[in-house]
Amino acid sequence: MPDPTATTPPRAPSTREECYVLRNIPAAAATAMSEPICNVLRYKPTTVLELRVRNHPGTMSHITGLFARRAFNLEAIVCVPRAGGAESRMLLLVAEEPRLEQVEKQLAKLYDVLAVRHRDDLGPEFFAGLTLATAG
Amino acid sequence: MKITGANLLRTLLERQGIHTLAGLPGGAILPFYDALHGSAVRHILARHEQGAGFIAQGMARVTGRAAACVATSGPGATNLLTALADARLDSVPLVAITGQVPLALIGTDAFQEVDTYGLTLPITKHNFLVRHIDELLEVVPLAFQLAESGRPGPVAIDVPKDVQNATTDVPDDAWPEPGRALPPPLCADAPIDALAQQLAAAQRPVLYLGGGVITAGASDLACALAQRLTAPTVCTLMALGAMPPEHPLYMGMLGMHAAQGTNFLLDEADLVLAIGARFDDRATGKVAEFCPRAAIAHIDIDHAEIGKIKTPFLGLVGDAADILRRLLDRLPAQARPAWRARAAELRAAFPLRPPPPAEDPLHPINLCRFLGATLPPDTIVTTDVGQHQMWVAQAYPFRQPRTLLTSGGLGTMGFGLPAAIGAALAAPGRRVICVSGDGSILMNIQELATLAELDLPVALLVCNNAHLGLVRQQQELFYRERYSASHLGAGPEFAALARAFGVRGHRLDPTRDPLAELAAALAQPGPCVIDIPIQATANVYPMVPPGAANRHMIAAPELQPALAHA
Ligand SMILES: Cc1ncc(C[n+]2csc(CCOP(=O)(O)OP(=O)(O)O)c2C)c(N)n1
Repeated sequence: MPDPTATTPPRAPSTREECYVLRNIPAAAATAMSEPICNVLRYKPTTVLELRVRNHPGTMSHITGLFARRAFNLEAIVCVPRAGGAESRMLLLVAEEPRLEQVEKQLAKLYDVLAVRHRDDLGPEFFAGLTLATAG
Repeated sequence: MKITGANLLRTLLERQGIHTLAGLPGGAILPFYDALHGSAVRHILARHEQGAGFIAQGMARVTGRAAACVATSGPGATNLLTALADARLDSVPLVAITGQVPLALIGTDAFQEVDTYGLTLPITKHNFLVRHIDELLEVVPLAFQLAESGRPGPVAIDVPKDVQNATTDVPDDAWPEPGRALPPPLCADAPIDALAQQLAAAQRPVLYLGGGVITAGASDLACALAQRLTAPTVCTLMALGAMPPEHPLYMGMLGMHAAQGTNFLLDEADLVLAIGARFDDRATGKVAEFCPRAAIAHIDIDHAEIGKIKTPFLGLVGDAADILRRLLDRLPAQARPAWRARAAELRAAFPLRPPPPAEDPLHPINLCRFLGATLPPDTIVTTDVGQHQMWVAQAYPFRQPRTLLTSGGLGTMGFGLPAAIGAALAAPGRRVICVSGDGSILMNIQELATLAELDLPVALLVCNNAHLGLVRQQQELFYRERYSASHLGAGPEFAALARAFGVRGHRLDPTRDPLAELAAALAQPGPCVIDIPIQATANVYPMVPPGAANRHMIAAPELQPALAHA
């Protein structure tokens, strides 16, 4: 069974069925996954970062903008309000690459970012599960 | 006390110590301008918002404290953007205030509505859109705190018109403290001990100073460290002035337009200590081949700079002055006679080679040397961008920190004149000169009107080569002399243009003792423009071709006749 965190793709993606090889993904979710996310999750080594951020309308722009302008990879993002709405938690699925440390440092510099930590307990399958919600 | 948003904003700026503010009004910021009327805040009316941004930058770069600029919504805000991006790349503390359409109209494509928040987001240290008058009490001090803390930078505050017109009640005890720089992160002892050990053990150490040394007020400490270690010292463009050029260990600017000996020395170093420098590609050349024999140690206040471009064996995060002081406490004097001699040898072997002053007195290198010998050492020199900027960097003897104001990171043509106005406002009594090119100066020429009105002691020197010279040079060297859109031609008569603005204008005649005329023009009081005809074909040498390693410099042709004929 190919390891989703392997550095080199075992072979070129061919069919949707290949998504089933991911850990813990409900079959329905895997089927629902779009081809791009399926490929990302399978062939790129990724890691999950958790951010504690101030909750206001510009925060998401600051974070996604940072990834875009510094040409960092951001594969998936989830944001939920916490602490009575004053803060949010974000989970980011990012590429496990040498520049990850730089990504974390740049994130930590943003005024709206209060804390950055690794969520090694979460993997890409967490996000794959969410694709259920976007099925159809 | 009952107060409007506009008056609240003005009062909060006053409490920050902002006595001078550069800007240009328009519809969405009119309530704030009304609040300025008759107030103690001095408003400098720029003739373009980019000018206002660079006037504020000039003030901030001279003082090290955040300066403020103002613009209206839409085109006013977009005109400010270049100055903000420039401040970001050169770590200049700035607070930009823009008017915005009323909250209810945001998102409706209203007249002069533009997404200022979205536009300023990637080019500021932080930005705010104020959605309620009471937020001003928090946002304004916070903007100044952010602009000045750690690594400084620009902060933008977008204030909708209805927020300026709203009223609120601020009880006497509810006024916030002015925003001030937070204490910098404190570096632990262990890495300082380790660095001291490594420096003591090094045989061929070099100090690589960046603009952060000047920001931290650590120039004297860096010189003391160089002296203590007998470490030859190189500066980035932003660090010029941190070490006086007469210092025996001073090796000048490194990188693309360094003296060859300076780049060769870096190839021989076994330990390079970068202080407040960010390994910009103009300084490092091809990064993989930068300082190939050296272990790198890096002191910076910005954690993210450590390892961004080059992975150091030791990274120290904190205030450069504090770290250098503690480092000096741990280091005995070391003579390193062989290394000192090697640096002196390399410096002597590759001097700048301008034509003899008698032959070409107005060659910019000769010109810069003449200015350096004539003007007081605390003269503030601003530049625009191009060949003239690099000649100033190579040849003008900057002896004090914050005497060179130049757009290093963004390389913005049009920076020089408004920055000089800001510098003259912030440093009354000091001489300010702006060295510009005939291309750059036209990008903010309208600020001559501001200068005339303020009657400040700014001399604007236009190195007139009838070209976008640095572009022409690159086309000559790297595009087989195919000169595409780099010729400007005779251009305007700058002396006449100056007079049209109400400023004294001169044009030097190369055949009639032009340096005496220059000295005479500079000796008169008040602002002036001096048009200086220079050779159109003069190039800045040496030059590292973009992307090449720093050791592969193109030397001035007269230095390598063998190659020229090959
Ligand atoms: C706003 C802006 N546009 C374009 C450039 C690209 N550029 C860099 S140097 C230069 C030529 C500058 O000409 P001039 O001001 O006459 O100076 P010179 O090189 O001739 O000394 C140009 C166009 C720039 N740096 N900034």
